Amino acid sequence: MTMQELAVDRIRCDGSGFCAEVFPEMIQLDDWGYPIVAAGAVPEHLMAHARRAVASCPVLALKLRARAEAARR
Amino acid sequence: MTPLTLLDGPALDTPESYDSHVRRLGRAPQGSAAMVDLLDAAGLRGRGGAAFPVATKWRAVAQRSRGDAAVLANGAEGEPLSAKDRLLMETRPHLVLDGAVLAAQTVRAREVVLYVGEDHRRAHAVMQAALRERPADERRSIRVLAAPARYVAGEESAAVHFVNEGVALPTTVPPRPFERGIAGRPTLVQNVETLAHVALVARRGDAGPGTALLTMSGAVPRRGVVEVPQGSTIGEALARAGGAAPGGAVLLGGYFGGWVDLDQAVRMPVDAAWLRSQGLALGCGVVAVLPESRCGVAETARILGWLAEQSARQCGPCVFGLRAIAEAVQRIAGGAAESGDMQRVQRWSQQLAGRGACKHPDGAAGLLQSALRVFAEDFTMHELRRGCVAGARTVAA
Repeated sequence: MTMQELAVDRIRCDGSGFCAEVFPEMIQLDDWGYPIVAAGAVPEHLMAHARRAVASCPVLALKLRARAEAARR
Repeated sequence: MTPLTLLDGPALDTPESYDSHVRRLGRAPQGSAAMVDLLDAAGLRGRGGAAFPVATKWRAVAQRSRGDAAVLANGAEGEPLSAKDRLLMETRPHLVLDGAVLAAQTVRAREVVLYVGEDHRRAHAVMQAALRERPADERRSIRVLAAPARYVAGEESAAVHFVNEGVALPTTVPPRPFERGIAGRPTLVQNVETLAHVALVARRGDAGPGTALLTMSGAVPRRGVVEVPQGSTIGEALARAGGAAPGGAVLLGGYFGGWVDLDQAVRMPVDAAWLRSQGLALGCGVVAVLPESRCGVAETARILGWLAEQSARQCGPCVFGLRAIAEAVQRIAGGAAESGDMQRVQRWSQQLAGRGACKHPDGAAGLLQSALRVFAEDFTMHELRRGCVAGARTVAA
């Protein structure tokens, strides 16, 4: 099982804030309503919440991606 | 003769011709996989600001190339305090072109784009004239493009975006240019000074540490570009500019870099990797001196205001965060801090990194953090509206 992390397309994101409502364990909002996502892999027991957060984004700016993709940079 | 430095050779008031360049240095060897190993051994890092290892980047593009890659030689130089890329293009255009050709051969690229800041008219004209002196096969595969004169236009995804669609704004990564760049092909984006060093390393054939171009500005007697050996000290570079009075601060690395106490900076080496290990950056090689009599808070407020204005306005944290930070620091600098301003500024300085499509917010946050550290006492005095430490110093002197 590959570890997954949350990634925000910052250009797409318009600060609706739904993701933080659905998944406060790993997503906070800044003073302007834009998400601050906790770094690192999403723990297995929170994956369902993470998927719900991804689905909640009205502009499809939030994604789950394999950790390796970030590590390669 | 062993070519060791970029600015060796004829006087710097005119561009060196191709004839003179070849007579002086000989022709560059052919780019190949061995070239990458040589760059690796030389430890060459990018000189555009990020100091990324050159060999790693070249391998990444070469691996993906099917003979159709592209090279973008980045001479946008949008950093207001930097002048070294311009000087290099204006005086040693064939070192830049040699490096670009070597890169194209090594990563098996089909085309080379020379991306030159539109404000840098002389550099643009010189590069075009230099291109006309090159062999026909090179002329056919290289073109010169004018980069829009805004700060983020030189960011690598913005540069590729401009070549592809005429829009010099950063794009969401991944994919990064080395994966999908010009016309969707693997693209090597490399600063022009970096390419000029490649041209020297290829000829020298050894792994010597080489040199760095630094732009000296602010409170020094002779502002301008100096070339210094890698690993020499900032103090030695300052001496080349006529020296700096002790007690002030240095903005190292430009608007994307950070403040350092001058008395500490003078002992630091010109070495991007070492500076990074200390949480500092050589960036694009800017060394700007702020004298002790000038207020670091006010200067930081001015730069943050400029960076906020230069945001590409695509990402919320950058659009709103940078503006709010700039306004708060301006209030503090002007002795009009509102309750909570300092705490907010402290918090915001920790919240911006990694929250834009490009590193623009990271750069502003890094600059702010360095200011809060180096000018801590000044910030406190301003916040308490007890006037400015620099002001008090000036009065005392």
